[in-house]
Amino acid sequence: MVALPDPEDFTRELLVASNSDRGRLLQYLHAIQQRYSHIPETSVHQLALALRLSESRIRGVIGFYSFLHDTPRGDYDILFSDSITDHMLGSRVLLGDLCTRLGVEPGLPRADGRVTVDVTSCTGMCDQGPAILINGQAVTRLDNFRISSIAALIENLTPLDEWPSELFEVQDNIRRADILLSRGSCGGGALRALVEKGADTIFGEIATSGLRGRGGAGFNTAMKWKFCRAARDDEMNDRVVICNADEGEPGTFKDRVLLNSHADDVFEGMTLCAGIIGARHGYLYLRGEYLYMKHALEETLAQRRRDGLLGQNILGQAGFDFDIEIHLGAGAYVCGEESALIESLEGKRGVPRVRPPFPVTHGYLGKPTVVNNVETFMAAAKIALEGANWFRAVGTEQSTGTKLHSISGDCDRPGIYEFPFGVSIQQVLEECGAADTLAVQVAGAAGSTIPPAEFHRSIAFEDISSGGSFMVFGRHRDLLDMVQNFSRFFVHESCGFCTPCRVGGVLLKDLVDKVHAGRAGTADIQELHRIGTVVKLTSHCGLGTEAANPVLDTLGKFPSIYEKHLTQADYQPAFDLDAALQDARDLSGRDDAGAHIRTDL
Amino acid sequence: MSGEKTFILDGKPIAFEDGDTIMDAALRAGEYIPHLCHNPEFTPHGSCRICMVEVDGRQVSACTFPAAEGSGVVNDSDQLTAQRRSLLQMLFVEGNHICPGCEKSGACQLQAVAYYTGMLALDFTHFFPRRSVDASHPDAVIDFNRCILCELCVRASREVDKKNLFSISGRGINSHLVIDSPTGKLGDSAFAATDKAMHVCPVGAILPRHTAYNTPVGKRLYDRQPVNMVGDVAGYEETDER
Repeated sequence: MVALPDPEDFTRELLVASNSDRGRLLQYLHAIQQRYSHIPETSVHQLALALRLSESRIRGVIGFYSFLHDTPRGDYDILFSDSITDHMLGSRVLLGDLCTRLGVEPGLPRADGRVTVDVTSCTGMCDQGPAILINGQAVTRLDNFRISSIAALIENLTPLDEWPSELFEVQDNIRRADILLSRGSCGGGALRALVEKGADTIFGEIATSGLRGRGGAGFNTAMKWKFCRAARDDEMNDRVVICNADEGEPGTFKDRVLLNSHADDVFEGMTLCAGIIGARHGYLYLRGEYLYMKHALEETLAQRRRDGLLGQNILGQAGFDFDIEIHLGAGAYVCGEESALIESLEGKRGVPRVRPPFPVTHGYLGKPTVVNNVETFMAAAKIALEGANWFRAVGTEQSTGTKLHSISGDCDRPGIYEFPFGVSIQQVLEECGAADTLAVQVAGAAGSTIPPAEFHRSIAFEDISSGGSFMVFGRHRDLLDMVQNFSRFFVHESCGFCTPCRVGGVLLKDLVDKVHAGRAGTADIQELHRIGTVVKLTSHCGLGTEAANPVLDTLGKFPSIYEKHLTQADYQPAFDLDAALQDARDLSGRDDAGAHIRTDL
Repeated sequence: MSGEKTFILDGKPIAFEDGDTIMDAALRAGEYIPHLCHNPEFTPHGSCRICMVEVDGRQVSACTFPAAEGSGVVNDSDQLTAQRRSLLQMLFVEGNHICPGCEKSGACQLQAVAYYTGMLALDFTHFFPRRSVDASHPDAVIDFNRCILCELCVRASREVDKKNLFSISGRGINSHLVIDSPTGKLGDSAFAATDKAMHVCPVGAILPRHTAYNTPVGKRLYDRQPVNMVGDVAGYEETDER
């Protein structure tokens, strides 16, 4: 490997280049991590001095994000996507294989510091898994051949930029295009309409279209924009537009495809919003897993600046000033929650804020802020261009337009499907080539588990609402594997702020593990109900209130997946009595029959 | 009284002013809503979730939720008490709380609220985490085994002491309190016995030295009256009574 510059010089340059901006703390840390595979002590010290923050506060930020480390990772830092769909495609076996080939323990750097192999939450490649990230770059469609190639490249110390480029190919896999995906880029058309017809007219179109937020919650977009515009009556235009591209819900990858192939429209939608509400600053909060797209996105922004669609006096209109900056996340699902995302944008731990006040009045740095999903901004741009009626012509009364679905799991054609709202689960299954389906998980780990008896139901805000994740489970699967995967996911992703999510999530995970291991009794099922209900009712944010969904939903709709694992007894201790004596056996040097307790009686 | 804004708490009208949370108004009216992470001297936090109440059928944390004219608030119900017990049990099993041997016993708000809600056993499996004790400071000891992450010391040090000595690091179940000093030890920090942060811990995590077990059993804060009568331990910590 090439000798690295002194971290002190590197950190100083970062700080100087951006005027020691406290809000960029996470961006500085990201850059340092990328370069040195951890955040050296000297950098923490420098950042604390330059940003006038306590060192403990900076350590607190490092400790929060999965992709930041205070001790070095391997020169090649490999993270296996740990989504249930990656498991179903054999990721665990491949991980074991790679570890054996490289002689490395999962999670620990190899003794020579060459490589680390670990797992991470879903990386958004479920239609082309199993997938890994290697030093932040995505490699998909792993198989034995790719694993052996990767092992060889690492042993040969081949620099990442000399690896065969086909390893880093990521496919769009758009399988069904409807009104959004079948059109070419707006190419400034939406902004020209804004300038020609005026903000009130275009806002009227957005309102009439009935557009609702595509992240899953479905809040009326025009209403959000209106609240933000009304939040301050000055002419400073000191409002903020944020595009939430922290697509972390397991099984979702449609924002990746939109940013890869339709970024221009997404930025156009953001600029349109800025023109309507009066904003000068915009941010694209891009999840760290999508680092590989950052360069191309910067290029798109630069092109838009050259075309007069971004920057000062957009389309020659005096005072229409707006620019967009890309901020990277660093491995924290909770930052998809809009107030946690704003905290993260401010360079802090991504802990959801107390609400009210809501971001539309007090958002980024206390300014009125609109946060919308990638798909919402794209739809808004198209509506400005094509009109509300064009949009309303598809979908349902309460859910107008179309929705992009990321389909993965047991089906012939995983990928991106754009369907009008109101499409039935059955229809989706038929189009993606799923047969003999046991269940569908709609809206990701936080969503709901749909049994065949409910396949006639439709995906729309008035029935099953979804941010776009659609995972198919065939008849041969054990759904408890899914519940276990999701429970572990929520434990890993809990921010730790509130008691029920932080502790209750672990209690749920431990009980699911106990059922899975065949050691649970009926009393444990009652506990799952009790704890799950407390977590759902009392958690601080949406992550917590939904963390128990996989357990509560499957307990209600698929009780047999638990029952078949239960022991006969009502009550089973949570610990193994005999294993608990191991310390005593080690101390006494005994291992005879008398030093054991039979637990199988 | 005309023109005064009120909401109904368990059937009783409670007066409030603009900007009040449900907790603010209830405390002023002398009504007890069980809580651990709240202290009216600092910015509300809403993390322990013990103060969850029902407002018009929906659960909210009383310490962060704005009081609203005419709303109906349920604080005292069997369901909420059972729920509070579960949350308290979570806090107990998450750390290592050995009440009979703890010097804070009898003047511990976690213990007192647990008694108040009728918590008799822990029910859940203990996590038995391995946590350390920091005895590096001449006037105080921090026993991380008992920290419930209420961030009262974090807020006191930031908002009153203006020292920012405490932060949270880690995430999820690995969240933990960290101290701002070159070694991470309290003794190497700017912490002083006169700091507000010294006197706000609702449990036995931040303990003053040289005063352990001074108060005989029977005369400790919550020996005499339950927490709903006596109130928070923070006020008591700063009196000479103990």
